[in-house]
Amino acid sequence: MSVPRRPLFEAKQLSKSYPMGDSVVHALRGIDLQLHEGEFVVILGASGSGKSTLLNILGGLDTPTSGTLMFRDQDLSACDEHALTEFRREHVGFVFQFYNLISGLTSLDNVRLVTEIANAPMEPIEALRLVGLENRATHYPAQLSGGEQQRVAIARAIGKNPSVLLCDEPTGALDVKTGAIVLDAIARIHRELGTLVVIITHNAAIANMANRVIRLSDGQIARIDENLNPQPASTLQW
Amino acid sequence: MNARKRLLISDILRLWKQGVAIVGLLACGIATFIMSTSTIRSMEASRDQYYAHYHFAHAWASLVRAPNALLDRILEIPGVTRASGRIVRQAILDFPNLSEPVTARLVSIETKSLDALYLRKGRLPKLGAETEVVVSELFAEAHDLKLGDTLQANLGGKRDLLHIVGIGLSPDSIYVVQPGLLLSDNRLYGIVWAPREKLEAVWNMDGAFNHLAVELENPADGHKIQTQIDELLSNYGGTGSILRDDQESHARIRDELNELRTMAFLAPAIFLSVTIFLLHMVFSRWIGQQRERIATLRAFGYRVHEIAWHVLQVISIWIGAGVILGVLIGLRFANALSGIYKEFFRFPEIIQVPFGWEWIGAVMLGAAVAALGAWSGLKQVVRLPPALAMQAGNLQPSAARFLALWSLRSTSVAKMSPILRLVLLRMLANPKLTLLSILGLSLGVSLLILSSFFQSTIDRVLEHQFSQCQRHDFQLTFDESKNESSMYEISQWPGVTRVEGFRAVPVQLHNGNQRERLTILGLDPNAELFRLLDTSNHASIPKSNGGLVITKKLANKLGVCQGDFVEVEVLEGVHRRLRLPIDRIFANYTGPSASIDRATLHEWMREGDRLSGVFLTLDPNYRDEVYQRIKKTPVVCGVLNRQATLANFRELLSRSTSAMRFINAIFAALITLGVAYNSALITFSERARDLATLRVLGYRQNEILWILLLELILITLLAIPIGIPLGYTFAYGMITSLDTDSHRLPMVFAPSTIAYTLSVIAAATAVCCLMVAQMASKLEIIHVLKVRE
Repeated sequence: MSVPRRPLFEAKQLSKSYPMGDSVVHALRGIDLQLHEGEFVVILGASGSGKSTLLNILGGLDTPTSGTLMFRDQDLSACDEHALTEFRREHVGFVFQFYNLISGLTSLDNVRLVTEIANAPMEPIEALRLVGLENRATHYPAQLSGGEQQRVAIARAIGKNPSVLLCDEPTGALDVKTGAIVLDAIARIHRELGTLVVIITHNAAIANMANRVIRLSDGQIARIDENLNPQPASTLQW
Repeated sequence: MNARKRLLISDILRLWKQGVAIVGLLACGIATFIMSTSTIRSMEASRDQYYAHYHFAHAWASLVRAPNALLDRILEIPGVTRASGRIVRQAILDFPNLSEPVTARLVSIETKSLDALYLRKGRLPKLGAETEVVVSELFAEAHDLKLGDTLQANLGGKRDLLHIVGIGLSPDSIYVVQPGLLLSDNRLYGIVWAPREKLEAVWNMDGAFNHLAVELENPADGHKIQTQIDELLSNYGGTGSILRDDQESHARIRDELNELRTMAFLAPAIFLSVTIFLLHMVFSRWIGQQRERIATLRAFGYRVHEIAWHVLQVISIWIGAGVILGVLIGLRFANALSGIYKEFFRFPEIIQVPFGWEWIGAVMLGAAVAALGAWSGLKQVVRLPPALAMQAGNLQPSAARFLALWSLRSTSVAKMSPILRLVLLRMLANPKLTLLSILGLSLGVSLLILSSFFQSTIDRVLEHQFSQCQRHDFQLTFDESKNESSMYEISQWPGVTRVEGFRAVPVQLHNGNQRERLTILGLDPNAELFRLLDTSNHASIPKSNGGLVITKKLANKLGVCQGDFVEVEVLEGVHRRLRLPIDRIFANYTGPSASIDRATLHEWMREGDRLSGVFLTLDPNYRDEVYQRIKKTPVVCGVLNRQATLANFRELLSRSTSAMRFINAIFAALITLGVAYNSALITFSERARDLATLRVLGYRQNEILWILLLELILITLLAIPIGIPLGYTFAYGMITSLDTDSHRLPMVFAPSTIAYTLSVIAAATAVCCLMVAQMASKLEIIHVLKVRE
């Protein structure tokens, strides 16, 4: 599959710092980055490397202290809370480490929660079908395994047909086998819908699935590797 | 400071909002309790001291005229320890700046008498100074009368000038009300104490009395002694004696204290129930959240009772603060209430009760609230096995969860939006919290009904009494019965459009052992100015040559039914006994009363067409002229002005009820805020993760807020249909407790009461929504997502 060249996100000198008592913590220090439509990107880094901060800023949950972040023609770094909410609502699909499903709602209703507020959503059952859980539509989270819960979370994230799927340690709470099934579901979404997928993880093995691997260290990009031969999730070992 | 104390302080600070709500509600409960109980004790102490020091009598009797020597014979009755005779007459006063005539009760000043005069200001009349008088304090205040002022009086047909030298009170007139009225009107009726010589001269009462007061050795013997007194006075025009229970001023204080006793129970019961609900909600939730910490402390080797003691300390601080605050506010309110009572009741001094059982009661109530509210939470702490505590808590009990799943699987809810389902689910998944919130709010609603229903009840009674039953402008009472020509004279006054005469005769009704003393009213069959109407406004007209038409209150007291016969003992003129049938019994809002056809009454009395007074209507343009005529007519000794009386009632009631209504509105708003906000706070803490997830998924701030508010609104909407009937049930309890000898109040379901209740609840809910909005704006999205549920 050829990698399209049009940037969906473009970060220039992106920095984020937090005051911490009398000192200041620099979570990101001058990141320059482009993410393209249809890409599968893994951001790797140890704890404290700034990967979560970067994901939060990309997902419109946080704003940079300096630098710019463009999403297509929209300057996310200049957006207020309201505009960021609209951005998330329209363009971003989130997958969390701990699934964050609403316990009292069925799988289908968890997906409906998102499709109901989106402009051009897919059918909720179609989203479940894409993760192979259409027969679990009426199950409640407590009736599903961890891996299944995470796949419902993926279905919920893609239900709105997002421009970008942001996954925060999607296998962090799962064993290897289940983790592979979840990653396979993400890969399938990427393949079938052509959505930009960004996974942040400290698990280097996942990097083998990506088109591009960005390594963060101490708030800066340490290295960017192109992967011309991405591996299927089922072959990954960690 | 050791670590445990630090932990205690940190817990109290972290739970400050919940703490404020619990302390606030408990303080309200304790405050209403302290206010009512300490006012009751203070009023009782003030009254009892006044009675003791100023020799409040045990029995009284009115008569036409008896020589003072008769007092010695009264003293010979076994059980009578003191007897004093006075001259008591009614007269019309004329205030130059007031067109309306004012009625005064003139009472002779006696030395060493019972019901002694207490001088607030000035002095007693000097010996021989016959025009010097003492006036009652409330009357003086109503007219801004000062020492040295003069009063123009119409005494026995002669105009006289009286000089005020003192302002005073007497224990038999702590509450002053004009005969025939329900409430006091200190502007149009007052007491004037005058030298005996003056009244003797005016009414030809040399060495005589027409009002007797006696003190008994043992008040329990009252009824026995009463009969002997009545026998003795029957030859002197005695109209029957009364005991303390029937003495107007004493009965009013007693009724008021009874009403306060109801309030002392009802209002605190509502507040304390809500406090218990809230404490239970907050505390159980808190303990649920603290399972991990409790387990950690247990793992460190802390004993169960040490942990229980820690949580108990938090509660004790809340309860302690609530009790102290409540006592302080209660004493302040008691002061305010005394201020309101001062408008109606006058004592030489209000005795403030510094310490009494109500303080212990307040502490015990606080302890009971703590015990009931915290019991299940504390049980949780004690029973929590350390190993279980290490596991993450399951917030939904299985039964509730099953209920939630079942409800949401039914087809009727399948089409609901997930948001609505989310809200319903939370309510069903935690039914105890939902139910407690609904019950708590419904108590708030009930308090509003309880504090506002009274207005429509009073409006109904006033409308019935003053628009339907009484349609005259004035009721004039003659100093003694007159023949019908007096009525014709009055009908000739300019501006008088209609005049109807009435005859009032004091009687005692007997049915077996039951007896009741009252004045029978003789009315014309075509009477239109004074009508006997039941509560549905159906008229009862006494039949010509027929029997009695009596009120239901009287029928109950005598234990008679329609068609029964009662024995009527006539207490005016020649005392005779008759047997008369009860023609009709009707329910109304006033006390026991009996009426009969006037001509029939004359037949019994073996008299011609005698009248005790008249009802009249007039052309409003001639009002002042008629006032002047009344003031100049010697035979008129009492005036009841319907319009002025009604205006006075309304003013008195609005002054005394509006303050209470305002305070109760604040209280109810506090309940609503306390319960609704805490319920939202709990929802918020339980749902923070879900709400944050929804925010990340693209839900707008207002959509998240809607989830929180929807629950709040649903709970409020569910509380209203429970709270309204509950409020009316409390109201019914109150109405029943106010059902006294002198009046009966109807239950009125007025739209205005409901509208008022709903608007206060809506306002409180709106404030609560704003507070929730504030809370929702602080949702920390990123932090919540990083935490495992």
